[in-house]
Amino acid sequence: MIRLTGIARVFRVGDEEVHALRGINLAIEQGEYLSIMGPSGSGKSTLLNVLGLLDRPNAGRYELNGRDVTHLSDDELARVRRETIGFIFQSFHLVPRLTAGQNIELPMVLAGLAPAERRRRLDRLLADYGLTARADHRPAQLSGGQCQRVAIARAMAMGPTLILADEPTGNLDRHTGQEVMAVLERVHQDGGTVAVVTHDPEIGARARRRLRLIDGEIAEDKR
Amino acid sequence: MRFPDLFRFAWQVLAGHRARTALILLAMGIGVAAVVTVSAIGEGARRYVVEQFGSLGTNLVIILPGRSETAGAMPGVLVGKTPRELTLDDALALKRSPAVLRFAPLIVGAGDVRLGSRNRETPVLGTTAEFIQVRQMDLARGVFLPAGDPRHSQPVCVIGATVAAELFGAQPALGQWLRIGDRRFRVIGVLARQGESLGFNTDEIVIIPLAAAQALFNTEALFRVLIEAKSRERVPEATADIEEIIRLRHEGERDITVITQDAVLETFDRILRALTLAVGGIAAISLAVAGILIMNVMLISVTQRRKEIGLLKAIGATGAQVRAIFFTEAIILALGAAALGLFVGKLGELAIGQAFPLIPFAAPWWALVAASLTAVITSVLFTVAPARRAAALDPVVALSRR
Repeated sequence: MIRLTGIARVFRVGDEEVHALRGINLAIEQGEYLSIMGPSGSGKSTLLNVLGLLDRPNAGRYELNGRDVTHLSDDELARVRRETIGFIFQSFHLVPRLTAGQNIELPMVLAGLAPAERRRRLDRLLADYGLTARADHRPAQLSGGQCQRVAIARAMAMGPTLILADEPTGNLDRHTGQEVMAVLERVHQDGGTVAVVTHDPEIGARARRRLRLIDGEIAEDKR
Repeated sequence: MRFPDLFRFAWQVLAGHRARTALILLAMGIGVAAVVTVSAIGEGARRYVVEQFGSLGTNLVIILPGRSETAGAMPGVLVGKTPRELTLDDALALKRSPAVLRFAPLIVGAGDVRLGSRNRETPVLGTTAEFIQVRQMDLARGVFLPAGDPRHSQPVCVIGATVAAELFGAQPALGQWLRIGDRRFRVIGVLARQGESLGFNTDEIVIIPLAAAQALFNTEALFRVLIEAKSRERVPEATADIEEIIRLRHEGERDITVITQDAVLETFDRILRALTLAVGGIAAISLAVAGILIMNVMLISVTQRRKEIGLLKAIGATGAQVRAIFFTEAIILALGAAALGLFVGKLGELAIGQAFPLIPFAAPWWALVAASLTAVITSVLFTVAPARRAAALDPVVALSRR
């Protein structure tokens, strides 16, 4: 499903060149559940951003679902993200002025789905993630766990095949974090490909496949 | 993204930042209101002048000796050299045109009007009986000049209301004799008070028969000939006839100027319309200032909403969609401001109308349209830079915790 070949990403910080990713080769199959771990600055977030088409590699080739997406235009990338990728962030990134329901609806609104179809999907998502009673609450009125569930529901709104989570439990207490991971794992059990970046070894250990990044290179790939 | 969704999204942003929204609405609204009020004043002045001209009589054609074009003077202010005098015979020949209903030749001079020891210098008009109909004036008392051969005259005069009041006071003026220059005239009529009409106060004139004026001022040359066409539609026909008749009489020379009231009106109309446009344009500058405010606020908004924009891009918004969101906000703001401004501007117009009830203040429709359009266009133009900046945001940078 995903094939990365020789992916490199270099940042310029002043005069220095920082090699966030050095020649990453990685293949991920449909339905895999993988965690990406590693110390700070090891390039795990950059790898996730490259996988999510938010960041462009400086070198290498990226094939997603058999299509070379390395050189797509920004707007084409946006479309691919919309249709096939769902993002989950550490700090949720909910739009504060919108209700939970409206936040979940946002990708469908951007995709221009008809209101009736949106309504139908929204109702199912709200039910699936146990948010029906909270649909009209704003993010400020929700707990951290609820916010992250809203964010997951939003990520799932367009039925993506690839779900990318960047420290999804970083802002949550242990118990809530476990809950959120259980939700994410359900997505995986439903056939989704899930990649989770995390610091937490306990969270990382839950995944079937565990990548370890050090200095922009894959140091370990356990299954 | 569907339009209702775009609208709702932008609306929620505006509703979420009340102070910011109110500030922009105020700034743009003031601009629109200024354009509306100022153009209402300009248009009021224009209509006032046009109405004043209209009071001259609608089918009026005026002949002046001399040709204004050759003198290179401005239209309306006609000071041409006079190669050939315009005479009473010329005027009488105009009767040949079927489009001419009646005409009044005119000689104007300043005369010393005396009654006993009272003495007053007033404009003296020499004309014929038809003058009162051509100029559509009314008599307060008595009769106007008698009809008859304009080459001969009786020693009679008709005086303006102010002249009558100043010379005779409360005593009856009719039948009294007064002296103009070295001639004596009997007052047979007093004009109704009309007030000023285009700088010429008919209350302060004395009207005497044409032949008497010719003798008094020792001239054959007419100052003007006023002609009334049979109808408004026949004014062009009358104009053409007049030019032809006089040309034939003047050995083929086109040495008169014919002004129709429409032409004069049109000139004033044009001038005042241009003036209204100019002051409206000046008021519109405040809209540009409001546009700069919008740009400022939008740029701040882009910075404040970096994360949101990054998120939108991460979940699949294209650059065009991000721009559309900002432009929709700008257009909603501009339309809101336009509505507010039109309302306040109309109130201003009513207020000025209360203060000066004589002048018909009303903002012309094109000013309303132009003010609203300018608001929308400046708003959109000044949002181009912020919208582009938002669309160009790198989602990774925008979403990062910095």
